[in-house]
Amino acid sequence: MSEYVVLGDEAVALGAVHGGVSSCYGYPGTPSTEIMEYLLEYSEKKGSPFACWSSNEKTALEEALGTSFAGKRAIVTMKHVGLNVAADAFMNGALLDIRGGLVVVVADDPGMHSSQNEQDTRFYADFAKIPLLEPVNQQQAYDMTREAFDLSEKMGCPVILRLVTRLSHSRAAIATAAPREENPINKAPNKMDWMLLPANARRRWDSLLGRQKDMIAYSEESSVNTLVMNESNSDRAVITAGLGYNYYKENEAELTDKPSHLHIGVYPLPEEKIKKIAAQVKELIILEEGYPLIERMIGGLLPRDLKITGKLDNIVPLQGELNPDNIRPALGLAPKESAALASMELAGRPPQLCKGCPHIDTYTVIKEVQAELGEESTVTSDIGCYALGALPPLSVPETIICMGASITSAKGSAEAGLKNVMAVIGDSTFLHSGLTGLVDCVASGTDVTIIIVDNETTAMTGGQTTILPSSRLENVVRGIGVEPDHVVTIPAHRKFHDENKDRLKKELAYKGVSVIIAVRECIETARKKNK
Amino acid sequence: MKYDIILSGVGGQGVLSLAAVIATAAAKAGYRVRQSEVHGMAQRGGAVMAHMRIADGEIYSDLIGQGTADMVLSMEPLESLRYLKWLSPEGVVVTSTNPVKNIPNYPDEDELKAELDKLKSKRLVDDKSLASEAGSSRAGNMVIVGAAASSLPLSMDDLKAAVEDLFSRKGEKIVEVNYKALDLGSQIA
Repeated sequence: MSEYVVLGDEAVALGAVHGGVSSCYGYPGTPSTEIMEYLLEYSEKKGSPFACWSSNEKTALEEALGTSFAGKRAIVTMKHVGLNVAADAFMNGALLDIRGGLVVVVADDPGMHSSQNEQDTRFYADFAKIPLLEPVNQQQAYDMTREAFDLSEKMGCPVILRLVTRLSHSRAAIATAAPREENPINKAPNKMDWMLLPANARRRWDSLLGRQKDMIAYSEESSVNTLVMNESNSDRAVITAGLGYNYYKENEAELTDKPSHLHIGVYPLPEEKIKKIAAQVKELIILEEGYPLIERMIGGLLPRDLKITGKLDNIVPLQGELNPDNIRPALGLAPKESAALASMELAGRPPQLCKGCPHIDTYTVIKEVQAELGEESTVTSDIGCYALGALPPLSVPETIICMGASITSAKGSAEAGLKNVMAVIGDSTFLHSGLTGLVDCVASGTDVTIIIVDNETTAMTGGQTTILPSSRLENVVRGIGVEPDHVVTIPAHRKFHDENKDRLKKELAYKGVSVIIAVRECIETARKKNK
Repeated sequence: MKYDIILSGVGGQGVLSLAAVIATAAAKAGYRVRQSEVHGMAQRGGAVMAHMRIADGEIYSDLIGQGTADMVLSMEPLESLRYLKWLSPEGVVVTSTNPVKNIPNYPDEDELKAELDKLKSKRLVDDKSLASEAGSSRAGNMVIVGAAASSLPLSMDDLKAAVEDLFSRKGEKIVEVNYKALDLGSQIA
């Protein structure tokens, strides 16, 4: 046994390595990125397990399914919205005969610290009818990752490990256990269980539904789903889930008659334990990190006259993340007194593009062209550092939706009649899910100007290597069929401001698909290289 | 024993490396430590905040409750005022007095100073000049740790041992500069 001080993300990575993982795939996304970063570094030093970034979450999950098909253990990592991208592979993967443990790690971002929404991955587990494990601290993150591989092989399906930002990015010491060997190659014995033709899929769906009782039994018996009864308190009981556990324990000492407490970290729900804790009280307080999933699902299990206090009546906030303070009203505790606050107004300090960032120079060109065209222009943008161009003083983009949507929403806007439509997308986002949109544009011959702001890295998540080197982008774009005269690479530097502006105007005047690749390396990446 | 610290600053200032020194020292002193960090979008020149919890028993929450922090430790004066809601009425503010003006509406410096002067318990640190005196303009965060030292449940020896751990691969001279920065900071009342 050794001690390590690690981030929650790193605890997952270490748990995977010690749990005998053979292959690791993922796409960078806050707050999940550090899992793969740890695995990549580990793999480089020790020669195994195999680890690499993938083009997007869907390709990552499919690659992991291939490893599982070979009988070996695989992990795939992503942020919550990444699971939307991977949803096709994920939902169908649930029907396969999984023999090599497959763990899908999804890091949710309640509070949207670095995200477009705060969707709750527990709904996906229920949707796909597979187990989900949710740790509350770094030690559990390590232990549960190992458990998830075993559980996946035991139940014959993928297992989700759900993290949230505050665990992913919090550091503490963990104790590790003896590593397990990797699985030998052992190809799935019956190919009918891996070919989802309707006849096979119906049989596999029936099998998965049949295994639900085993999953519920596992959850009932899990030592994570701990029920601590205090039968003397018949007024109220508490159910916690995810980090709700930590914030409840933080406040528990202030409660005079400790309520009975059930914590849920293993899904599907342990129905008998829920019935037991609910049976003897008038009020059930539910503190869950994320959407009110438990609150909505347990309705049918409980006596009608039981009062439920939780997110549906907004006593626990429906939006944002839980914290030690915002669960206090549900527990009947008053706010704590703070030091005197400042009396002056404190100017906000939002994040911004770094000084000298190439995106600033490209956006400055677009902004000037935008000003000249007035209402006659549209700029869509995408997910990445360059989304910060939405803030003053630049304030250039008009839409930011999801990975790749700059190109496709530009296409739809142009086809609806908007003029001078420009799509701004990063190199990594373009390769993630901009390519297919460009194919659509070329197929329709749409009048759009796509500006790939190529900083030769995945910058927002800390500078991961882009899946293809920049030097190949121009050929990729040409290969799709954009007219060679309208595929141009420009230096994203203010020294070339006037030339770049002329070029952009020229491409806007062209009635067809233009792609301008504005290249300059991210200054942060360059700085790290020079160190 | 429990000691909770809100760390604050501006993305890129090195709030996390300052945190690493305190966390390493606390682990050396035999305490449990939990530290919640900010990664991703907010790191790009925006306001950053981290929670550090040091205790001799179980630490449940990664986040510190409002009104319960023992210290706000800040690398920037405006940022030191942003998190007072977390500070207990008896808590202390230790902050750099050197502003980072990367926003157009940065407050008037006299007004800001008046606000800092009003704080009940505080140590205001000109980390820049003390860092230069210590031998490197980059040692400002160690000056701030030094200024916090007398309130922390840690000895100067614990802190110096942490500095040696974290900086020794950069050479003996860097370690010495950071020792000196810690010492100069610790003399601030």
